[in-house]
Amino acid sequence: MNTVALVVFTVLFGFVTILGFVAARWRKGDLTQLAEWGLGGRRFGTVVTWFLLGGDLYTAYTFIAVPALMFGAGATGFFAVPYTILVYPVLFLAYPRLWSVAHAKGYVTAADFVRGRFGNRTLALAIALTGIVATMPYIALQLVGMEVVIAAMGVRGEAALILAFAILAAYTYTSGLRAPAMIAVVKDVLIYVTVIAALIFIPAQLGGYAHIFASVGADKMLLAPATHTNWGAESAYATLALGSALALFLYPHAMTGILSASSRHVIRRNAVVLPAYSFALGLIALLGFMAIAAGVKGNPAFADGFKTYGNNFAVPALFLQMFPSWFVGVAFAAVAIGALVPAAIMSIATANLFTRNIYREYCAPDCSPARESQVAKIASLVVKVGALFFIVALPSTYAIQLQLLGGIWIIQTLPAVLIGLYTRWFNPWALLAGWAVGIASGTAMAASLNFAKSIYSVTIFGITIPCYAALSSLVLNLIVAIVLSAIFNAAAKGARDDATLASDYL
Amino acid sequence: MKQPRKRGRLRPIYLLLVLPFVAMLWVGLYNRAEPTLAGIPFFYWFQLLWIPLGAALLWPIYRAEERDRDAP
Repeated sequence: MNTVALVVFTVLFGFVTILGFVAARWRKGDLTQLAEWGLGGRRFGTVVTWFLLGGDLYTAYTFIAVPALMFGAGATGFFAVPYTILVYPVLFLAYPRLWSVAHAKGYVTAADFVRGRFGNRTLALAIALTGIVATMPYIALQLVGMEVVIAAMGVRGEAALILAFAILAAYTYTSGLRAPAMIAVVKDVLIYVTVIAALIFIPAQLGGYAHIFASVGADKMLLAPATHTNWGAESAYATLALGSALALFLYPHAMTGILSASSRHVIRRNAVVLPAYSFALGLIALLGFMAIAAGVKGNPAFADGFKTYGNNFAVPALFLQMFPSWFVGVAFAAVAIGALVPAAIMSIATANLFTRNIYREYCAPDCSPARESQVAKIASLVVKVGALFFIVALPSTYAIQLQLLGGIWIIQTLPAVLIGLYTRWFNPWALLAGWAVGIASGTAMAASLNFAKSIYSVTIFGITIPCYAALSSLVLNLIVAIVLSAIFNAAAKGARDDATLASDYL
Repeated sequence: MKQPRKRGRLRPIYLLLVLPFVAMLWVGLYNRAEPTLAGIPFFYWFQLLWIPLGAALLWPIYRAEERDRDAP
């Protein structure tokens, strides 16, 4: 057991635990209101939103899985960089409109908006369920990140993981979104310290970047070039980046981060300053190559770790090999605390969806605001217990496969949510049909690849084009939604049931 | 569908937002090793460079919109 690392880790973890409970008193609000508990009272300014969204989107799992992909598959893992570049023009353009309409109408979730915009509760239910189902495995994956670093310090069994999650559940329950917002600050400081230290010390010990890239090997260093008959890895790379960028802000936890901002300008400013995290992520991705150069896979001390966690063990192994014990504690705490922030926001976001769009819509339309907030708190607990069960009781490959499907599912809400911000031309039943076709075709594509990959090759005019299944199924979704809307709109003329006004979006 | 568009009309400055999409999705443009920068192959440093570049492109648009807001 690595005692020094474990002590540093425990001290830092204890500190954020206290912070999580203290957060309830920060910018004190009436936590019996859903917008207070679940959106921090919509009062977060530019700086807090920067930390909150940074902690929310650049998760611990990302920090483990992206370099793991680089370590195993090479250049293709770097798609995280173009992905996070393309996210921000989308955030900048479209999401201030969502903030404005949510602020004007008191919407807490994307499904609230769809319910108001299209006046169709079935479509809103589909949007809410997609959000919940896509987010659950994502929460479970945050636990995988935590599990790997706890195991890397030599702690056996699942007791530590369960304890960490129980603490998380307790302060999320009492403090709501204020807790992850406050903890995100600590998480980010630790992550940046770790990244900067890694970039200063590790390349120097490994003989510089030229040597690191040389040891990776030519086949992993670049993508296989496209040919006239097969666009190959290049089109897989581009579609993964684009599909992931379009999907990201449709996730409930990203939506929660956006709607908790104090103004639309906060979102705009953050689209400009959030890329600082993308830079950290790009550098973290390169840790995967450093792990190759350091030869961690050949080190017998790490054989057990690789056997249990596969390539996800690459970065923890690199840190153990290159850093002094106390700094390993700091770096691992960064990953574990980095898991707490998104896990908390994700469970809050799912709880908001359940409460607003299932419980209040279908079970108790007249429930009081206090009751609504109480149901959300309990739902956030249930969601976390579910995620924990997933990781403790089932092999982690299930969570990974489901998360991969989650990306394909959540993007199917794009026509209703994102395009819905600009136009109400679409018919809600056509949107629902498009959504169903998108979910079914995307799932079928993933199933044909045994849920192991999400790159499905389509052949058009004799050219094989490998494409991210989320993107190709979204195209089918859009075609169905457009064609059926044209038909339905022609058949039924008359005023649409839209609760929002054009001025609500500005 | 026909909504009054006071502030929402598309101005030429928004075309700046197309640039990152062209640069990043045209993978053939940067899928090569040379020229390297401090030992880092082109593929990697070109994409890393686009992170601050992409953010910088948003800045003039942000300024233009804020000017609009301040104008009566």
